[in-house]
Amino acid sequence: MKYHPFVIPFSIGLAFVMLYIVGMWAYWIIRLSRREQKIVWKRLFSFRTIAAIWESMMEGLFHRKIFRKHALLGYMHMSLAFGWFMLIVLGNFESRLYPHSNINPPYYPIFFEFFRHDLSPLREYEEIFTFLMDFFLLLVISGVMLAFFKRIKSRILGMRRTTKHIRIDRIALTSLWFIFPLRILAESVTAGLYNTGHFFTNFLGQNVIYNLPLDQLYYPAWWAYSIALGLFFVTLPFSRYMHIPSEILLIFLRKYGVKEKEHHSTFTKIELNACSRCGICIDTCQLSTNLNISNTQPAYFLRDLRYSQPNEQLRETCMMCMRCVEACPVGIEVVKIRENERKEHQLYSENSYNYLNGYSYPKAKVAFFAGCMGHLTPSVIKSTLKLFEAAGVDYTFIDKDGSICCGRPLQLGGQAIAAKQLIDKNNALIHATGAELLVTTCPICAREFRHNYHLNIPVLHHSQYLLELVNSNRLKLKKTDLNVAYHDPCELSRGLSITEEPRELLSKTVNLVESGKQIGKNSLCCGGSLGATNISAEQRRTIAVATVNQITQADTNILATACPLCKKTFCSAQDTVAIQDIAEILANNLANIKNQNPTKKSAEREVITA
Amino acid sequence: MVNFGFAPLEIKIHDLDKSNLQLSSWIAERDETFTQCIACGCCTATCTAGKFTKFSFRELCHSIRRGEIAKAIAESEKCMLCGKCTLVCPRNVNTRNIVKLIRKANQKFKV
Repeated sequence: MKYHPFVIPFSIGLAFVMLYIVGMWAYWIIRLSRREQKIVWKRLFSFRTIAAIWESMMEGLFHRKIFRKHALLGYMHMSLAFGWFMLIVLGNFESRLYPHSNINPPYYPIFFEFFRHDLSPLREYEEIFTFLMDFFLLLVISGVMLAFFKRIKSRILGMRRTTKHIRIDRIALTSLWFIFPLRILAESVTAGLYNTGHFFTNFLGQNVIYNLPLDQLYYPAWWAYSIALGLFFVTLPFSRYMHIPSEILLIFLRKYGVKEKEHHSTFTKIELNACSRCGICIDTCQLSTNLNISNTQPAYFLRDLRYSQPNEQLRETCMMCMRCVEACPVGIEVVKIRENERKEHQLYSENSYNYLNGYSYPKAKVAFFAGCMGHLTPSVIKSTLKLFEAAGVDYTFIDKDGSICCGRPLQLGGQAIAAKQLIDKNNALIHATGAELLVTTCPICAREFRHNYHLNIPVLHHSQYLLELVNSNRLKLKKTDLNVAYHDPCELSRGLSITEEPRELLSKTVNLVESGKQIGKNSLCCGGSLGATNISAEQRRTIAVATVNQITQADTNILATACPLCKKTFCSAQDTVAIQDIAEILANNLANIKNQNPTKKSAEREVITA
Repeated sequence: MVNFGFAPLEIKIHDLDKSNLQLSSWIAERDETFTQCIACGCCTATCTAGKFTKFSFRELCHSIRRGEIAKAIAESEKCMLCGKCTLVCPRNVNTRNIVKLIRKANQKFKV
């Protein structure tokens, strides 16, 4: 067995980190709830496992999602992860092909070049192994150099801001950066002395550093390499690099169907550890890009939650628009975690809304709920009802005399006790109407009805229902040559994944003109968000104006939206472009003749059952 | 005091000099828009909760300025935080934040 004392720092670090990771994985899996353990066990031997392995490779090694964001940034992450992974795998193969004793300690493949200078026993594989080892080392060092440049000028890698790291992260980061240059130094010195290596280290050793005192550098270089590795391994569990083992576990659990609950759980712990604080969420956040509030983004929020407790400012300063959730390369359910964290601070009692009782509305097939924001924009309600009348829909307007709030604004602020009371009241109201379908103009309400009400009837946003009406020829529209841009509301696009229906509906009557990448699930927030209470009206206006400027062009006649809150926010922030709800645009371009035919009832049943 | 031959009932006199302005200043410190309110009543006119019961953000602010802390805190629980008042306020008072602050004061002032 080959041995030299310099392997000790590396070996201690490796033993520590391995024990820690195995320990944490076991601890987390044991602490999952009974139900979660059951579904994991049930789905362990299924295609889900293969899918999880595939995703671990694509995300863990190749960082596919980051590649999609920015090619160079993706390359940086890929070169470090994939390059290092290949060095470990190839090193192991190399040392195992080489004739060795029965005991092959873990440090042997890592410091193989130190222990073996004559690789001729590898025979025909010698050339290919030495070449590949040099190639991947070059790949990794290119990634390290990019990472270094990113710290100086992050814009080169497509990032306006990078994360401000705490001390432990800086130590881990620095030791990681040192590992590879030190490895190159150690291998080049060895190559200078013993003519090992290939095109890269051999060239450096034989042609660049050959006149240095290589004899004296030989042991210090290997010692330094081992210490850098050891230091990185020891700091890994306590730093951002804990994301490497945590993310793999997270991907598997997510594939088996484990997700965030209505309160913090063990899964939350895994997600907190899986955050690498890469900082992609910072640039995505409009609080950062438009208002220069760059210290409350998920990277910081999750970090504080992992180590202790985030303060109130950190917890509350968020519009809950979910742009970060869409952008997160690890796919952490940040907004749900933040909502659950806000739930720790209940401000209402169980008797807050005792004054609400006994409201009833006529029975009908379709229950129409305008919501608070709908009532704030009466033209939207008027237009929607005009369309309903034209199509002959049998509807009942269940908040005609003012709505009980759906509870979503309270929910976003974590006020679950208060929201529950409103949910119960509205549930009773909806049931009493005997409706077979609930339609709402407000995506905020629609999301709340779908996710927290457990209604036994379908909930449609009005854009979906109106599209059904148009497709079944109950609504006829004129074609106009207006240029219309469409703004995706957060709760509709990211909250409910409804992005196509409004577009399809609009393109039936106007010219839908879209520009830029900020559409669909990547859309911008209007700034009116109910998720944040501590940003001022002026700040909201700044966000609204920036958003309007991004999605409209000089020839845009109307900016269409599908959310009364977005409409209200845009209208009060600017007057350069007209803002209209989809329902308003449709109502203006209606070709229906009132009360066309009396056989509406049967057609309506089709829509409902469809 | 000048004798007019009649006087207000002692019980109906609210001496502003003796008001307990603790909550008022506590809120103003945390949200300066609280001081911008001109009591126009737009918030009350649009209020969701106000449709169903006697609840008014404007009155809430009044109570706080008059030092009726217990009353303000009890009343504030009726708010549904729907946010319509924030959108209609001509003075950009951050009403939702102020209601939340009053709710927090419930724990802080222990009334």
